[in-house]
Amino acid sequence: MPNIAIQATGLVKWFGEDEAKTMALKQVSLEVQFGEMVYIVGPSGSGKTTLLSVLSGILRPNEGKVLVEGVDIWGLNSDQLADFRLGKIGFVFQDFHLFPRLTTAENAAIPLILKKKDWNEAIGQAKKYLDIVGLKSRADMPPVKLSGGEQQRVAIARALSAQPDVLIMNEPTASLDGDTGQAILSFVHKNVLNKDRCIIVVTHDDRINEFATRILKMEDGKLMGAEGKAA
Amino acid sequence: MKGILKLAYKLLVNDTAKFTAMLVGITFAVFLMMFVTSMFSGVLKHASSTIINIGATVWVMDPAVNTVSNSVGMPDYVLDAVRSMQGVKYAVPLYSGGALVKLADGTYQSVTVIGLDDISLFGRPELIEGKIEDIYAENGFIVVRDAEFSKLENPHIGSELELNDHRGVVVGIAKVATSGLYGIPTLYTTYERAIQYIPNPRYTTSYVLVEPKSASDIPQIERQVETLGYRARTKEEFMQRTADFFIYQTGGGTNMLIMTLISFIVGLSLSGQTFYTFILENLERFGALKAIGTKSRELVGMILFQATFTAFTGYGLGVGLCAFLVWLAKRRLPSYAAMITYSNLAIALGMVVVIAAVSSYVGVRRVLRIEPFDIFRG
Repeated sequence: MPNIAIQATGLVKWFGEDEAKTMALKQVSLEVQFGEMVYIVGPSGSGKTTLLSVLSGILRPNEGKVLVEGVDIWGLNSDQLADFRLGKIGFVFQDFHLFPRLTTAENAAIPLILKKKDWNEAIGQAKKYLDIVGLKSRADMPPVKLSGGEQQRVAIARALSAQPDVLIMNEPTASLDGDTGQAILSFVHKNVLNKDRCIIVVTHDDRINEFATRILKMEDGKLMGAEGKAA
Repeated sequence: MKGILKLAYKLLVNDTAKFTAMLVGITFAVFLMMFVTSMFSGVLKHASSTIINIGATVWVMDPAVNTVSNSVGMPDYVLDAVRSMQGVKYAVPLYSGGALVKLADGTYQSVTVIGLDDISLFGRPELIEGKIEDIYAENGFIVVRDAEFSKLENPHIGSELELNDHRGVVVGIAKVATSGLYGIPTLYTTYERAIQYIPNPRYTTSYVLVEPKSASDIPQIERQVETLGYRARTKEEFMQRTADFFIYQTGGGTNMLIMTLISFIVGLSLSGQTFYTFILENLERFGALKAIGTKSRELVGMILFQATFTAFTGYGLGVGLCAFLVWLAKRRLPSYAAMITYSNLAIALGMVVVIAAVSSYVGVRRVLRIEPFDIFRG
């Protein structure tokens, strides 16, 4: 596996037209290597989430290129891109977005089900990931009965169940209290990050900076340079 | 797709409150649609009972006749003229009219009297007691054992009737395919006796029943009868004429249409609205599924499956409930005029398909519009 996981060059993204035009990304370029846990930080409206969306293949840039493991993801058609995301990228959302009417295990199994795995096999595999995040005993409970931290761990299990090479975490601690947020990121750093996987985290929470291998600061649609930090 | 559909199924049925609300809406709508249309079908079938029971291929009648029970007498020459027409194998007269039977307690009961051709007894009912030739016996009448039989105090062979101040004797008990619409007993006798017992206007032939030589002769028989100033209708045309009368000239059809539409609107509103709320509640999660890698067509498949599953489950429950209530009603009221036909089932199915289509269309539009980026932005 090549060491560069993501290579983005000259990313430009704007919203609206004419007078309402807002530049969200202005010639952004970056590289993320396997084994890195990169944080993107910056004030609200600086373009962090837009950059994350463009890198993960859910928002098409107006200009620029994104290579994920050497594949130009914005050269793929929508079905190929959906398959690519399902196979290579795991998502952890700010509000978890778990289905309250499914069990924890069924929620965690969703990517496997989307990959057309047999239902029981998918549930069995998802339970292994719930075990990894310490929630095996809650596998048959609905997520609404879990605490915020536990729900976020279910979301991580869901993201991991498809064994992605790239894990995208958008404000993963925003809905959690400080201690729980730290515990989650510590867990991710220790148990999820490995030499074959990279993690990109968008966050406002500087209490979790200790887990980052590199921190990139965004301001006004531009990457302002790395706040370098050793792994 | 199987796993995705199972996911869709679980998302749907595990939301018990909404799933129940949708099912209740569709079940109720289907039940109402089925009930109203089956009542009407039953009425139409019972209104054509004499046509069905007599079974003649072609009926000659006055053009003003709308239903079999409202015959207009024709002069005797019509029978002779029809018999001499090309394509006619044979033709016989039929009398159909009403009379009053005096019961033992001194009260009167209306009856329908069918007078069969004295020679051929064409259109005679199937006897369950007695012999058909006894109809020629003095004052002989055959009573139909149907839901109205008890209104004549359950007569048996040998029972006497006082019919329009004439003596009548029950010589047979018969059964027929369909009982009448108006809830009155039916008596069969000979044509001659019927016109003798029942006060009649100048013309006594209610209908001329025709058996054509072949089906291809029917159009020319119809044309020839028309030149006489009368109308020949096949059994099916006469039944349709009766149905048209009830549908278009009694207001029954309009009422049925209004009730069916109201049921449809109630079902559509309740289920459509609940399904839309269900989609809205899960919209962000559908967006998350999109971000994870679900294709648009898979999401559309999930929503179509959910709408279709709900619609068809509701349809089944509605049909079942209607069938059960009709069965229950018929146990208590044997003459209960409701009948579930394939047409009723098809009409309700069509409306349920529309409900499912509209509900899923609205849901699909919302889900296709949601962008994963919106989910990311929170």
